[in-house]
Amino acid sequence: MDEREGPRRRRRGPRQDGGPAPVPEGARADAVRDLARRRAGERGPLLEVLHDVQDALGWIDEPDVRVLADELNLSVAEVHGVVSFYHDFRRIPPPAHTVRVCRAEACQSVGAEGVYAAAQQAVRTAGPDVELQQVFCLGNCALGPTVEADGVLHGRVEESRVQQLVAELADRPPAPGVPETLPTADQEARR
Amino acid sequence: MTIVWVPRDSSARAVGADEVAAALAQQPGVTVRRNGTRGMLWREPLVEVETPAGRVGYANVAPTDVPGLVSGGMLEGAPVGNSLGPVAEDPWLTAQHRVSCARLGLAEPTDIAAYRDAGGWAGLRRALDMDPADVVEEVVTSGLRGRGGAGFPTGIKWRTVLEAQADQKFVACNLDEGDSGTFADRILAEGDPFTLLEGMAIAAVAVGATEGYLYVRSEYPDAIATLGEAISVATAEGYLGEDVLGSGRSFTVHVRRGAGAYICGEETSMLESIEGRRGEVRAKPPIPALSGLWGWPTVVNNVLTFAAVPAILTGGGETYAAAGDGRSRGTQVFQLAGNVARGGLVEADLGTDLRELVEGFGGGTRSGRPVRAVQVGGPLGAYLPAAGLDVAAGYETLAEAGGMLGHGGIVVFDDTFDAARMARFAMEFCAAESCGKCTPCRIGSTRGAETIDRIRVGPPAEREAALVLLEDLCTTMTSGSLCAMGGLTPMPVRSALKHFPEDFAPAGGGDATGPDPRAGAAAASTTRSAP
Ligand SMILES: Cc1cc2nc3c(=O)[nH]c(=O)nc-3n(C[C@H](O)[C@H](O)[C@H](O)COP(=O)(O)O)c2cc1C
Ligand code: SF4
Ligand code: FES
Repeated sequence: MDEREGPRRRRRGPRQDGGPAPVPEGARADAVRDLARRRAGERGPLLEVLHDVQDALGWIDEPDVRVLADELNLSVAEVHGVVSFYHDFRRIPPPAHTVRVCRAEACQSVGAEGVYAAAQQAVRTAGPDVELQQVFCLGNCALGPTVEADGVLHGRVEESRVQQLVAELADRPPAPGVPETLPTADQEARR
Repeated sequence: MTIVWVPRDSSARAVGADEVAAALAQQPGVTVRRNGTRGMLWREPLVEVETPAGRVGYANVAPTDVPGLVSGGMLEGAPVGNSLGPVAEDPWLTAQHRVSCARLGLAEPTDIAAYRDAGGWAGLRRALDMDPADVVEEVVTSGLRGRGGAGFPTGIKWRTVLEAQADQKFVACNLDEGDSGTFADRILAEGDPFTLLEGMAIAAVAVGATEGYLYVRSEYPDAIATLGEAISVATAEGYLGEDVLGSGRSFTVHVRRGAGAYICGEETSMLESIEGRRGEVRAKPPIPALSGLWGWPTVVNNVLTFAAVPAILTGGGETYAAAGDGRSRGTQVFQLAGNVARGGLVEADLGTDLRELVEGFGGGTRSGRPVRAVQVGGPLGAYLPAAGLDVAAGYETLAEAGGMLGHGGIVVFDDTFDAARMARFAMEFCAAESCGKCTPCRIGSTRGAETIDRIRVGPPAEREAALVLLEDLCTTMTSGSLCAMGGLTPMPVRSALKHFPEDFAPAGGGDATGPDPRAGAAAASTTRSAP
């Protein structure tokens, strides 16, 4: 299992004489295991389970990968490979708020670049609680520029509007789905 | 009580439909119901009031408009505000040929009784009464070709799956819809999900599949929710599940969420993803029709392909094939996007003139400036100049014009269009979204973006060499890529060079860099200010 992970992988806790790292235990591990078991009857459920874990716990932590590998009878490398392939999966705790600005062709044709630049500036002012992501098409291409703020879609967004959206987010409590608890010191250390 | 319809489509919601619905619900005597969009997106939120004279429409309603519209007689259908009169008679709709989208926007999306009353499930009933091979032949007769991009004849694909000997077969629906400028799959899934499910069920009956998977991109949460609800309702009513309409045949459907990877729209990558793996493209052969999900024969089709099937079974393949042009039979659900005055969904016969779509239906640009370029068929499609729009929008005709139909998306640009920047973007997009399996795609695209920079802002002495190198890279990508991601990225690049060479002129042209799809949010990226 662990041997296949490659040398860059940072390890949690002491490791006994070169053997595989133990499968994590604890409340989070139990929650992850439970989410995996709920899809026990499904074919090839890994992607769905990863979505479930991220929806419930905010991100896919490295120990979660080992729990999932154990529970779903996959190698750690396999689970890790899937988590790292897809843009959606977060491997560190999410910020309180996320703004996604579409920068694909149709939105570019109506000024998405200006909207993105305005969002960059607004996010700098808003501080670390708001994260800006670029995305390529949200399926709102007739009514662009398109911005998604904490999962809510906005069309025909002008530069002033995206700044307003970012400012509103910064004033709000964390988005649903973002866990209240901060990462543990241990988690911080691994980042 | 007056029934007032407000679309729940996510594009309508993105411009305030929920707030309008809430404002209307506060008016005495009003019952608000939520339909799918009619596809006239530029008019959203488009409110429809039920009157004895039919449903009367009011376009671009804002929540604050509601009291004034109501006091002006909106609930009686009076011509106040942006009234368009009876929606069903609107020329933008009546000029279309709606077959797959015939029921779009009429009812609540998961109202299965309304679907049945509007002629739904008749195609499935007929298919269940037929020999499976005859169902397949009906689809062959219709001339239906894949609407996801490649245009492969659907009936032939189904025949391959039908004839495959296997204990298990699957139907997989591709709702990854990653192409910029396309949204018809989303609109159909959100607005009329039963048409899609009926199409999948007919495919299952035709080929002998018992399980279906719907792969939906995660960017479409509303579509995922609506499809989940529609599957539950259809299963409870016996249209799906263990015993489809008492036929003794089983067909269960599962929704699978994508996770933000453009390449997962490529069918083999999608199959990998459904199976819970990295979305890496599989080499063909074997084709999915023989070895698809978990190695079993699998029908893979786009949403719009499945959505055409119920009408083909009810009306007959020949009726469907009567529309169209050359080898492009039937209708195409076009999508007008980008800088277009009347953006939205246009279902029209294949072979409709591109200029008619852009200027007739689309009404030219939203900015009011002249059209300079149009990209047809998504990020891998060609940029055509305004002078080149007199072409029939069909598979072969667009290919002859150096482009492709793809998924039917049409993105309009005004005269601020910068071909060099868009060519560079195409390369960057490929580099970012490549699955990484082949070198021409993964590395060639990065080199391509750098080379375009050199053409544009590099030393003039190197310019000729850079142009030659870019052409070389395009040739290598076209011939040396496993799938169309790397194979077709040269299409937007070459078309930009061919039709807009002046944009690649050295110096003076300014900064050719655009969004870098690989850059994280924190990376300082160079951005051109909006025109
Ligand atoms: C890079 C790439 C992306 C694609 N994206 C999609 C997509 O989002 N939706 C889709 O239906 N087909 C997409 N396709 C085409 C599929 O590979 C496949 O041809 C299609 O799903 C087959 O269904 P059809 O015959 O009904 O079109 C894509 C192909 C490539 C190469
Ligand atoms: S062309 Fe690109 S996306 Fe397609 S298989 Fe090769 S590396 Fe993957
Ligand atoms: S291109 Fe921005 S939403 Fe489609």
